[in-house]
Amino acid sequence: MEMRQDRTFKIMLWLGGISFFLLLLLIFILLFKESLYSINAFGIKFITGKVWDPVNEKFGLFPFFVGTILTSFISLFISLPFSLSLALLLSVYYKEGFINKVLSTTTELLAGIPSVIYGFWGLFFLVPLIRKVEIKLRIPPYGVGILTASLILAIMIIPYISSISKEVIKMVPQDLIEAGLSLGSTTWEVVKKVILPYCRSGIFAGILLGFGRAFGETMAVTMVIGNSNFVPENIFSPANTMASVIANEFTEATKDIHLSALIQIGLWLFVLSVIVNLIGSFIVKRYKIR
Amino acid sequence: MENTILKIVNLSAGFGKNWVLKNINLEIEKNKVIAIMGPSGCGKSTLIRCINRMHEITSGAILEGRIYLDGKDIFLMPPVAVRRKIGMVFQRPNPFPTMSIYDNVIAGYILNGIKLKREERDRIVEETLKKAYLWEEVKDVLYKRGVFLSGGQQQRLCIARALAMDPEILLLDEPTSSLDPKATSMIEELIIKLKKTVTVVLVTHNRAQAARVSDYTAFLYLGEIIEFDKTSRMFTAPKDKRTEEYLTGKFG
Amino acid sequence: MNLKRRILKDKLLKILVIFFSLSTLLPLFFVLFTVVKNGIAAIDLKFFTSLPVPAGEQGGGILNSIVGTFLLLIIAFLIASPFGILVGIFLTEVQNKFTDLLKILVNVLQGVPSIVMGIIGYLLVVKPMGGFSALSGGVALAFMMLPVVIKNTEETLRLVPSYLKEASFSLGTNYTRTILRVVLPAGMGGVFSGILIGILRIAGETAPLLFTAFGNPFLNINPLKPVDALPLLIFNYAMSPYEDWYKIAWGASFVLIMIVLILTIITKFIVRRWKTQF
Repeated sequence: MEMRQDRTFKIMLWLGGISFFLLLLLIFILLFKESLYSINAFGIKFITGKVWDPVNEKFGLFPFFVGTILTSFISLFISLPFSLSLALLLSVYYKEGFINKVLSTTTELLAGIPSVIYGFWGLFFLVPLIRKVEIKLRIPPYGVGILTASLILAIMIIPYISSISKEVIKMVPQDLIEAGLSLGSTTWEVVKKVILPYCRSGIFAGILLGFGRAFGETMAVTMVIGNSNFVPENIFSPANTMASVIANEFTEATKDIHLSALIQIGLWLFVLSVIVNLIGSFIVKRYKIR
Repeated sequence: MENTILKIVNLSAGFGKNWVLKNINLEIEKNKVIAIMGPSGCGKSTLIRCINRMHEITSGAILEGRIYLDGKDIFLMPPVAVRRKIGMVFQRPNPFPTMSIYDNVIAGYILNGIKLKREERDRIVEETLKKAYLWEEVKDVLYKRGVFLSGGQQQRLCIARALAMDPEILLLDEPTSSLDPKATSMIEELIIKLKKTVTVVLVTHNRAQAARVSDYTAFLYLGEIIEFDKTSRMFTAPKDKRTEEYLTGKFG
Repeated sequence: MNLKRRILKDKLLKILVIFFSLSTLLPLFFVLFTVVKNGIAAIDLKFFTSLPVPAGEQGGGILNSIVGTFLLLIIAFLIASPFGILVGIFLTEVQNKFTDLLKILVNVLQGVPSIVMGIIGYLLVVKPMGGFSALSGGVALAFMMLPVVIKNTEETLRLVPSYLKEASFSLGTNYTRTILRVVLPAGMGGVFSGILIGILRIAGETAPLLFTAFGNPFLNINPLKPVDALPLLIFNYAMSPYEDWYKIAWGASFVLIMIVLILTIITKFIVRRWKTQF
């Protein structure tokens, strides 16, 4: 009786694990199967094609790829000084106390605000602001576009990069930091020559995971990027990212080929996120072992 | 005392509301080895961490009193400057894992952004490693990482790292507590030889080690200095009863 | 002297770090301020108790989307927590190459963009069942919640001291009861806060709902029919051309942020309570 119970329980545990694995496999297979129609129809041209025209059934994701890469990299670039400063401040300069509390709560709240609210706020606060800038610069004052989306994204990924970097920096052994200080180095010199070299790849993983966040982010971007299916000319151009075009067109896609094309974009997003997260979590895991 | 290099006056220190050290007064003579001995938890480490102002980096640290290095109040100097003149070696060997042996020796210069010429660097590395009696063992693997050395070698590398900055005082915080007997005796020999160039303050809970290497010994108990005397005198004729009990192994 | 310059540089960089860090307060303040200011102005009792009205008519509330949000969260909770806890126990109790792989896959699933989860919900439920439904939205959200529950369960149970397990075994308790009656209860606080963190993560999600729960201007508690949700309503109203609807969207944003905030506080409280146990 007792033994049988144990056996059943263990079988259940295994079933749970195996079905989780199968579930992920199922996700991939489903995405792939539904993409197949558009993969067969367009082949490699789907990725290199610069025209996305559902009416004439021309589907190329290149404009959205450019939009995704531009917004992700620009937002990463903008957020880095803030994210890394926060990480250093919370793990080196103010390990506890009032300032630490205020800023760690700030990052938690920033991470907790729903994407759609960032988008709504961006629409009413950032878009008019950017429009004014564009009028000053004598370019078409759309207000929405790559830059607006990147600014919102930058705010949204600050908590991710800073919290991962903070965790990595906290893993630097205290006695190494003390050894640096005992040689008469200033805190900054210890940061630059001891702490950062020690956790370079961990911080890189944090940035990579932040990048993963940025390119997958949908709602806020969809609301402020301008929804234009052309390759963006500059950072003020309205555009679409891979995620935002799915959000915009999925429910309106009446033709099978259109739906399949959108799902294929989803498949690429999935593959990209798997790669980024695999690399990122491998690096972070190596730290935990050390 | 003539030749005083370090003078500690009415020093009290601790954490939060808890005073670990109570009213310490101590004068340390140049080019001698001073052992600070006592049972664990008596405040030995806190005392030497006050001397190079490392105590303050712990959050909640409290401190009162004065410490003079060559007659100058260290609390009026930038901590960075104090630490360059007073080097420190920690309980556990802690070479910088991202640096080679070579870079570890001149880590102080690298960290402090002091640029050295190639020949000068080579000279400092060789001289210091020789001072630390490590040169023969590592001269062929200078560009390998320091973490591949044995524990004793790593600790001598850490001593070299501190010596490379040419400190006036070297603080050793139980430097042999994580080492085997052979490595320990090498470090002890090294300490005795070092006093030609530097004043050594050695924290130890090992009575025999204090007897072997030090010129003077301070017996610290419950945060107070019970007795401070020439090592030879203290170990043969202790004045305080508590010292005698400690030396004969009654506690600690 | 060189020393002065070094100390100056140290101070300057510290100031820079503080400056960059403190400036992140700015967007937080602006977002919260905008939402609170516009949100409170839109809210009265009727706002919570009435249904939306067609554009152009005065008034209208968000009752349907509040109910819809809770329905979706309950469905996601019912799917993700038992499954997540089961996988979490599996990952703590069994250690081999397969579970190593699973741990990595949990991280991978956590990084999958939310819009892709929406597609999965669509392909897995909407398409076979032939229509949008609360159930499909709940499934999509459950996929997002699952890795959080698994990770928290695993990390918590790992912290349960082994002597508890040994004590239980030494009393002749079998494996099943040891896990379910000793280990799991000891880590319950952590498991529970993992579930709350998971709900927190999905409460504000919009993208997975766009083509699953779809939205519904009427009150609905049937899981097989479309429902509205707060984030979905905010998106649809914010992107509309009507001033009146913006007002309602601000009100809904305020309610959503409040829900998230209250959940955060409850979670923190539980995490702290639980932490004192070991």
